[in-house]
Amino acid sequence: MEIQFVLNQKQVTAEAAADTVLLDVLRGLGCKSVKCGCETTNCGLCTVWIDGKSRLSCSVLAASVEGHEVTTLEGVEKEATEFGAFLAGEGAEQCGFCSPGFIMNVLAMFRELEDPGIDQIKEYLAGNLCRCTGYMGQLRAIQKYMQAKAEKNSGQPGEEAGAR
Amino acid sequence: MLTISNYVKAKTLEEAYELNQARSSRVMGGMMWMRLGNARVKTVIDLSGLGLDQIEESDNVIRIGAMCTLRQIEECEALREMYGDGIAESVRHIVGVQFRNQATVGGSIYGRFGFSDVLTAFLALDTFVELYDGGTIRLSEFVNRKPDKDILLSVIVRKSKRKFRYESIRQTKTDFPVIACSVVTGMVHGKETWYFSVGARPMKAALLEKQWEIPADASEDMIADYARQAASEFAYGTNMRGSAEYRRHLAEVLIRREMASILAEGK
Ligand SMILES: Cc1cc2nc3c(=O)[nH]c(=O)nc-3n(C[C@H](O)[C@H](O)[C@H](O)COP(=O)(O)OP(=O)(O)OC[C@H]3O[C@@H](n4cnc5c(N)ncnc54)[C@H](O)[C@@H]3O)c2cc1C
Ligand code: FES
Ligand code: FES
Repeated sequence: MEIQFVLNQKQVTAEAAADTVLLDVLRGLGCKSVKCGCETTNCGLCTVWIDGKSRLSCSVLAASVEGHEVTTLEGVEKEATEFGAFLAGEGAEQCGFCSPGFIMNVLAMFRELEDPGIDQIKEYLAGNLCRCTGYMGQLRAIQKYMQAKAEKNSGQPGEEAGAR
Repeated sequence: MLTISNYVKAKTLEEAYELNQARSSRVMGGMMWMRLGNARVKTVIDLSGLGLDQIEESDNVIRIGAMCTLRQIEECEALREMYGDGIAESVRHIVGVQFRNQATVGGSIYGRFGFSDVLTAFLALDTFVELYDGGTIRLSEFVNRKPDKDILLSVIVRKSKRKFRYESIRQTKTDFPVIACSVVTGMVHGKETWYFSVGARPMKAALLEKQWEIPADASEDMIADYARQAASEFAYGTNMRGSAEYRRHLAEVLIRREMASILAEGK
């Protein structure tokens, strides 16, 4: 069947069988940031936004996004690059495989929660698994990024790009 | 592996119900559970266009549409105002935010899963379910029915002055619970009544009702005795997450804590 939806602010059309999952359609449309880590809804690697909310594209039927808005890392590249610099700065990436899904959920968190505390951050990101690191670098990166943003917004000097 | 031949976004409930009568049809909620199963589905029926994704509050009830996500009930102010953090506590450990933005209340209740936090919590609150064909019945009755071809439309929680607590134990964050316990108290026909719901035993949640008048200043030993009695009235089983004996012990501890917390609020 043919499905039409908005992908990263552009109207797109794709062919999908009734049981094709969104993840496969997105990769077919060139969004190679979207990856499959487990296929069992556990790892968060396939995270994309549907109508602005984080969802697991490995478990969404492609047919069900007809008429909806889908955002992948490619659609928020500037912000992702900015935050990615903080991840790199804190040594929070080893193989980096988990980063696209992780970054999408972190950016969703920033949109949903105002100035989240450490427990809120941990809870929000509980569905994003990383097999290489111990998550401490990621937590530091998030906190430093939030701090830099706050300083930028209040006009104070701060670390512009987290990479030291 | 799950294979699906046709996808239909139902335009009316009647259409969804008719399509679902075929043996090889399935209604889809968030698809999180269904997708992991082995089935050849001829028609999958998407209910997302039928307005079942709303939580409506009236004077007497909070009606949760079957397509509401677990995240919606986690963030629902009406439920929080009425019953505190219990409902949010029952779902916030389920996998992650992305998952809870997708898994539905309808799929969780209809599935009647043994491990279900959602079922355990709503069962304790003496909830009703609204079915397309079967009318509105108590969740405690629905839970013991065999799955059929009806469609779950909503979950209805009565608004009444009750105190609600929920706790679960997990071996690791985001895993299924080893045990899930919920305690509710309130006045029923002028008598103080306690409801205990224990799930992930690993059998599905069951409900126990006791008309116990426990003074707010009951001693720790007294509360422990009541908790021991309540926990001993459930059956437990053994699986890879824990033995029956371990679960019975955990249930007793959680029930004791929940009862003590409720009684402390009444002081
Ligand atoms: C990896 C994983 C971990 C989980 N961990 C937990 C946990 O720790 N605690 C917990 O409580 N739950 C847990 N769950 C279960 C989860 O919370 C949901 O209950 C489950 O996914 C079903 O919801 P769904 O919306 O995905 O339903 P689906 O998978 O879409 O449907 C499940 C079943 O319900 C039927 N159905 C769906 N909606 C309706 C309806 N309106 N009327 C009639 N039939 C309907 C479907 O046909 C299907 O048979 C977990 C699930 C997974 C996959
Ligand atoms: S690939 Fe989707 S959650 Fe792991
Ligand atoms: S850096 Fe390798 S999985 Fe996260």
